[in-house]
Amino acid sequence: MLESYTGAAILFLIATGIAVGMVVATTILGPKREFADKMEPFECGESQIVSPYQRFSVKFYLVAVLFILFDIEAVFLFPWAILYKKLGLFGLVEMIVFLIILGVGLMYVWIRGGLDWE
Amino acid sequence: MWIDLAITLVKIFFILAVTVGFFAPILTWVERKQSAIMQDRIGANRADIMGFTALGLFHIMADGLKMFTKEDFIPQGANRLLHTLSPIIALIPAILTFAVVPFGGKYTMWGQEVNLVISDLDVGLLFVFAIASIATYGYVVAGWSSNNNWSLLGSMRTASQMISYEVAMGLTIVGVLMVYGSMQLTVIGAAQEDFWRWGFFMQPLGFLMFFAASIAENKRVPFDAPEAESELVAGYFTEYSGLKFGMFFMAEFIEMVTIGAIVTILFFGAWHIPFLSTATLISMFDFLGDSFANLIVMLIHVGVFFGKVTFFIFVQMIIRWTLPRFRYDQIMKLGWKILLPLSLANIVVTGIVILALN
Repeated sequence: MLESYTGAAILFLIATGIAVGMVVATTILGPKREFADKMEPFECGESQIVSPYQRFSVKFYLVAVLFILFDIEAVFLFPWAILYKKLGLFGLVEMIVFLIILGVGLMYVWIRGGLDWE
Repeated sequence: MWIDLAITLVKIFFILAVTVGFFAPILTWVERKQSAIMQDRIGANRADIMGFTALGLFHIMADGLKMFTKEDFIPQGANRLLHTLSPIIALIPAILTFAVVPFGGKYTMWGQEVNLVISDLDVGLLFVFAIASIATYGYVVAGWSSNNNWSLLGSMRTASQMISYEVAMGLTIVGVLMVYGSMQLTVIGAAQEDFWRWGFFMQPLGFLMFFAASIAENKRVPFDAPEAESELVAGYFTEYSGLKFGMFFMAEFIEMVTIGAIVTILFFGAWHIPFLSTATLISMFDFLGDSFANLIVMLIHVGVFFGKVTFFIFVQMIIRWTLPRFRYDQIMKLGWKILLPLSLANIVVTGIVILALN
């Protein structure tokens, strides 16, 4: 079982080697000429007026919560989809019930404006 | 044992040579040249060796050299560790997804069975999604650690766009899984030997939705709001220079190849040639002996597979230079209000049709 992951593990090590090697190479090879004005974060020619580390729109947080909800539902669908031909009518009815519950949740979020962006 | 390991290593080096060594560099040139043709310009043609330009192909080498020798810049107030780490986190998953992508079938040569996939996992498709979603961290951390307003805005957009389309992408392929009854990419590929059993005929809507969602997942035009040049300078990689900047681009180009490969396997018959089964193909080369016939068929299949992949990369490029960028609210609307309900409906319809046919 675990043996089938051998190739993936080797590829992971090689990929890590490539990525780390690239970062090390660009750090070593490039010139280093640092002075105060140059080290400022880019702000279209201005000095930075506000720090980026402030509160940001709650919409992004809401999307993340919705993602967790719906992605877990999707995970439930995968094993069902693979066994679907064996489950037959029973599987179809069960999953339609599941999808209706999922759909009601989606409709609720939709009507409450959770998916709107101004 | 040792011969299996040797075969695995050969496959790994083949995949690395094709993706990192061939497709990623050549696509930087193709993108510049194709956009030039589509916009009636000349495009990259200045880099030359002794006055010989080779259609601008030397720009690949020039770009590489330039990126290696540029100053590696980390802005003041940035988190140095995370700033360095994020291109690594973005690049590794892009390469690693190829571990489960089959680029040919199973062939028996000289008593040795060769399965043209690095790791033939039974959870293949889930592995692709799981690994690909790790790349999100790379992009988010890149923007967050840069201490730059544009970067942070870009990375927030990246995060919510990528996770939104991950839901849609996960649900669009459920139909494919129902039709073929497996998540193993080699099994799905092998099931499409008959032309009329190709995923495209089984799941035409699934193909369109999956293709759109995967382009959005890769943040390419028309879904490139996270790195919109005209709004956010360059989005999450504004503060990156040198090869670290190049690594984000490499990851994007490698993901284009991945998208092409997954679309080919799920919807366009993987390595199969239409109306020409593997058995017929082997019998055509039977006069060379069984092993050589298998070898030649293997090479043909690998060629056909990468030909199809190249075609879908080309389609992505055409889309890239044809459509304007969507507004951010339109992108989110497409993901949540159109693709998600449509893919749920697709699942129900597929279920009813499969049940009716059985």
